[in-house]
Amino acid sequence: MTDAILSFEEAMAKYDPVLGFEVHVELNTKTKMFSSAPNVFGDEPNTNVNEVDLGLPGVLPVVNKTAIESSIKIGLALNCKIAETCRFARKNYFYPDTPKNFQTSQYDEPIAYDGYLDIELSDGTVFRVEIERAHMEEDAGKLTHMGGSAGRIQGADYSLVDYNRSGVPLVEIVTKPIEGAGSRAPELAKAYVAAVREIVKNLGVSDAKMERGNVRCDANVSLRPHGRERFGIRSETKNVNSLRAVEHAVRYEIQRHAAVLDSGEPVVQETRHWHEDTRTTTSGRPKSDADDYRYFPEPDLVPVVASREWVEELRATLPEPPAERRKRLQADWGYSDLEFRDVVNAGVMDEIEETIAAGASSTVARKWWMGEIVGRAKAADVDPGQLGVKPATIVELGKLVEAGSINNKMAAEVLDAVLAGEGSPAEIIEKRGLAVVSDDGPLLEAIDAALAAQPDVADKIRGGKVQAIGAIVGGVMKATRGQADAGRVRELILEKLGVTV
Amino acid sequence: MTELNTQDAAGLIRSSAATLAGKLAAGEVSAVEVTQAHLDRIAAVDGGERGVNAFLHVNTEEALAVAAEVDSIRTAGGAEAEKLHALAGVPIAVKDLIVTIGQPTTAGSKILEGWHSPYDATVVKRLRDARMPILGKTNLDEFAMGSSTEHSAYGPTRNPWDLDRIPGGSGGGSAAAVAAFEAPLALGTDTGGSIRQPGAVTGTVGVKPTYGSVSRYGAIAMASSLDQIGPVSRTVLDSALLHQVIGGHDPRDSTSLPDPLADLVAAASIGNVEGLRIGIIKELHGEGYQAGVENRFNESLELLKGAGAEIVEVSCPNFQYALGAYYLIMPSEASSNLAKFDGVRFGLRVLPKDAPLTIERVMGATRAAGFGDEVKRRIILGTYALSAGYYDAYYGSAQKVRTLVQRDFEAAFAKADVLISPTAPTTAFKLGEKLDDPLAMYLNDVATIPANLAGVPGLSLPGGLADEDGLPVGIQLLAPARQDARLYRVGAVLESLLEAKWGGPLLDQAPSLVELVETKVVEPVETLVETHGGSH
Amino acid sequence: MAAINREDVAHLARLAHIEMSAQELDRMAGELAVIVESVKSVSEAAGDDVPATSHPIPLTNVFREDVVGHTFTAEQSLSGAPDAAENRFKVPAILDEA
Repeated sequence: MTDAILSFEEAMAKYDPVLGFEVHVELNTKTKMFSSAPNVFGDEPNTNVNEVDLGLPGVLPVVNKTAIESSIKIGLALNCKIAETCRFARKNYFYPDTPKNFQTSQYDEPIAYDGYLDIELSDGTVFRVEIERAHMEEDAGKLTHMGGSAGRIQGADYSLVDYNRSGVPLVEIVTKPIEGAGSRAPELAKAYVAAVREIVKNLGVSDAKMERGNVRCDANVSLRPHGRERFGIRSETKNVNSLRAVEHAVRYEIQRHAAVLDSGEPVVQETRHWHEDTRTTTSGRPKSDADDYRYFPEPDLVPVVASREWVEELRATLPEPPAERRKRLQADWGYSDLEFRDVVNAGVMDEIEETIAAGASSTVARKWWMGEIVGRAKAADVDPGQLGVKPATIVELGKLVEAGSINNKMAAEVLDAVLAGEGSPAEIIEKRGLAVVSDDGPLLEAIDAALAAQPDVADKIRGGKVQAIGAIVGGVMKATRGQADAGRVRELILEKLGVTV
Repeated sequence: MTELNTQDAAGLIRSSAATLAGKLAAGEVSAVEVTQAHLDRIAAVDGGERGVNAFLHVNTEEALAVAAEVDSIRTAGGAEAEKLHALAGVPIAVKDLIVTIGQPTTAGSKILEGWHSPYDATVVKRLRDARMPILGKTNLDEFAMGSSTEHSAYGPTRNPWDLDRIPGGSGGGSAAAVAAFEAPLALGTDTGGSIRQPGAVTGTVGVKPTYGSVSRYGAIAMASSLDQIGPVSRTVLDSALLHQVIGGHDPRDSTSLPDPLADLVAAASIGNVEGLRIGIIKELHGEGYQAGVENRFNESLELLKGAGAEIVEVSCPNFQYALGAYYLIMPSEASSNLAKFDGVRFGLRVLPKDAPLTIERVMGATRAAGFGDEVKRRIILGTYALSAGYYDAYYGSAQKVRTLVQRDFEAAFAKADVLISPTAPTTAFKLGEKLDDPLAMYLNDVATIPANLAGVPGLSLPGGLADEDGLPVGIQLLAPARQDARLYRVGAVLESLLEAKWGGPLLDQAPSLVELVETKVVEPVETLVETHGGSH
Repeated sequence: MAAINREDVAHLARLAHIEMSAQELDRMAGELAVIVESVKSVSEAAGDDVPATSHPIPLTNVFREDVVGHTFTAEQSLSGAPDAAENRFKVPAILDEA
């Protein structure tokens, strides 16, 4: 059953959205939060575990010091206060991916609280998002639903559990309610999650790959009629796992809530699941008495006391904050404000930095990412970074164009072939016989033929109307099936006609 | 190996661990002989209709293999032999709440029937490092929840002093095994008195160390902030020896104290109490305590006074809330600790009788079938105490009472070096007597619970027999946190004064068990021995 | 504090994932009412100024260095499993996501 939705514009005409985010960041520590088993992605099931991760009878947790330090760093980077004393708590609920049937988390004593993050939107305005808290917890195992239809939980015959991810350290970052974003709410949502991802990546505390679930977002949305102060009833959309999905999910939920409110029905406080394929959410389960998590202080762990000295030591190790980094990169790369903002908004700053680091000039890097790749990502409806373009590919293509071996048009063709998995640029060029005709001999023949075919144009050029040269160049290019270097052709024509420009 | 005659074997099983250690070191007896003598005793008295039923599993093969290893190291001599631990070759029984590789661990519950742990508890590792043969796993109230061992899913353990009576609980198996000369030493766990109260009613010694001084890693948790592993033995010195093996910091337990272990054996050998102030806790004797218990308690006070100790009276007014606080904190933590028993990763899985077959219903059916009544009662009580709207009134208030109990102890220890009380208000009651009255059962722990709430160490030692029923009475000593050594010092002195009075160990007055067990056994003894090899 | 009744016990049993028969609920409600009554005094024992104690012996900052230790093979992990397939624990269908 699909839900009714209102158009976004109509929704905005009637309602103000209030947003809230819970972003889970998986830390990239070597070991788990409470056990010494390795924190590694993608190994054989149930091999990156020991008795602690499986929750066997008799086991006890011991806190990973690096995970604490990473959490404090995240708190500092989010401009939070770091709690002088904080504790872990047990969140009790039964679920087969949770081996102890409680999650060790933090409840009323998070390690970091009361922070903020300034988010720059595409029009250059800065929106401050207030952070309520950042707390530490452990990840759950992974369930795979078998039988039934397409691995969905509904209708599955049984499920298989792999506890490799069980106990991986997480930091959950919770915002305060975000008001006043209006129609920019979807954009802000995306920009906020992008900023968090950028921060944790920059800190080096997480691999920050959304496609791998290193950064996961639950988005809360509620609407209220313009002018009303009280918040509406919210929905919580789970596992929105790409930046574009965050934007789309918030937009969709705004439209859905608006339709529900318009119909006079109350919004149900519930969990929603985001479906990337249909770009819609479906109802999870309503909040119920099963949500009585019976939190209490984890008796197997002792309080964490972050002395001011320790916090300052950690602060001193923090890398340059992303906002400052952006300023520095813009200066280094020599981009205009507009150019740089486009780069940031397109989400390719990191990629450009990597490409430059791999040996491309800043101009070439920008030309490729903004001119070619962003468009392709849009067409494929993915984030540019997810297309799988390697910096080395860009560097190689840039060099080939610069050397005149291929022209831009060919290079774009080669890029498509690389993305289609046909091999490296050199291999593709070889296979397809792509090469700019660089021997002047055949070119001169083609120029003579073109000039002879259009004597009137040749006269115009001789007479100083150099802009007419396009017709001759076009003729040459046609004759050489596009393989000639247009710049060289132009030079040779002018030389032949004795015109200096 | 030469066969020991009956008299020699009887001598071995009645020997203290310290005596056995001495004989082993001197080469007077082999570890295999010592271990075999205990295995024979288990075979003779533990099984059958009227057996003690202290053991849920007997670890014959491995125990003898470890003993043989000790013997060969000792025979070979040299550096390896020099390095042998003083207790190497002295056998021990382990409460079946503590996980062991190579033997089943059941926690006395159906839900873990047949489960084998793939890892060893830290204390078990330390026993293995000391090369102490593990005789087997001892019976307990299911998940250590009870004061009589009647809540074991594998049948109750019987008190060697009277087979129709309870051996205390939850560690009735460990206490009974030691009292019945089936093992010289055993490990117990004490959450509200589960080492000390069984010690009291079986005439044995039991120690709950300072919270955090023995690693809990591998002890199946009931109430994490209260649980503590400790020694069970027949003499105070033996408990000190065992405490030294299992104690000390463990990085796998976050609540493990970093402090180095004091020399407890030396403390047990000091031999005087002169000038020590010993405090009688006003609230822990008198009304509600059996007359015979009170008499033996007063007798011990007189003996200590005679030995030069100063007897003072202290008051701990908040102890009146201790039992209530305990019965909120313990079930709360237990309700969470026992959530992992759900039929997914290990142990029992029970399918619901009707459709639909969902994991939620499998968990519900597994826990319904796998847990006994007392466990269910405590899980429900704990779930209640933690649930929304009740947390502050119940769990929160109980944690505050904990602070008050600690303050009472602080004030008391300002006036006294060691506190003293009866361990339990009564002697052993009859099997079945309190089974239908949970509250009456809980009252057994009234004197032992304050120590768990405050984390302070406690020791129970035999104080004699109650006049009215001739059953053992326990004397409890309590010391400030980290001062376990004081318990051993005072305990050893009181023990020697009492034994001088009795003319030997109290257990010498216990009935000859073999006859008692045999008189009611239908099968001949030979059959009994044969059928006792495995778990039962 | 309200007394505990049969409906409370039924709700708690659901939270605790323990199936209970009608008779069991009745009996448990009776027993728990007595126990809850007996522990009632605890909530009045301490004033607001008394701090809660969650650990009997206070320790802080007990950490482990971030160094990889032992792991199980899949076979070891699954050694006690009631049911398994493809090196994973096998469980019946799940009604809904938590």
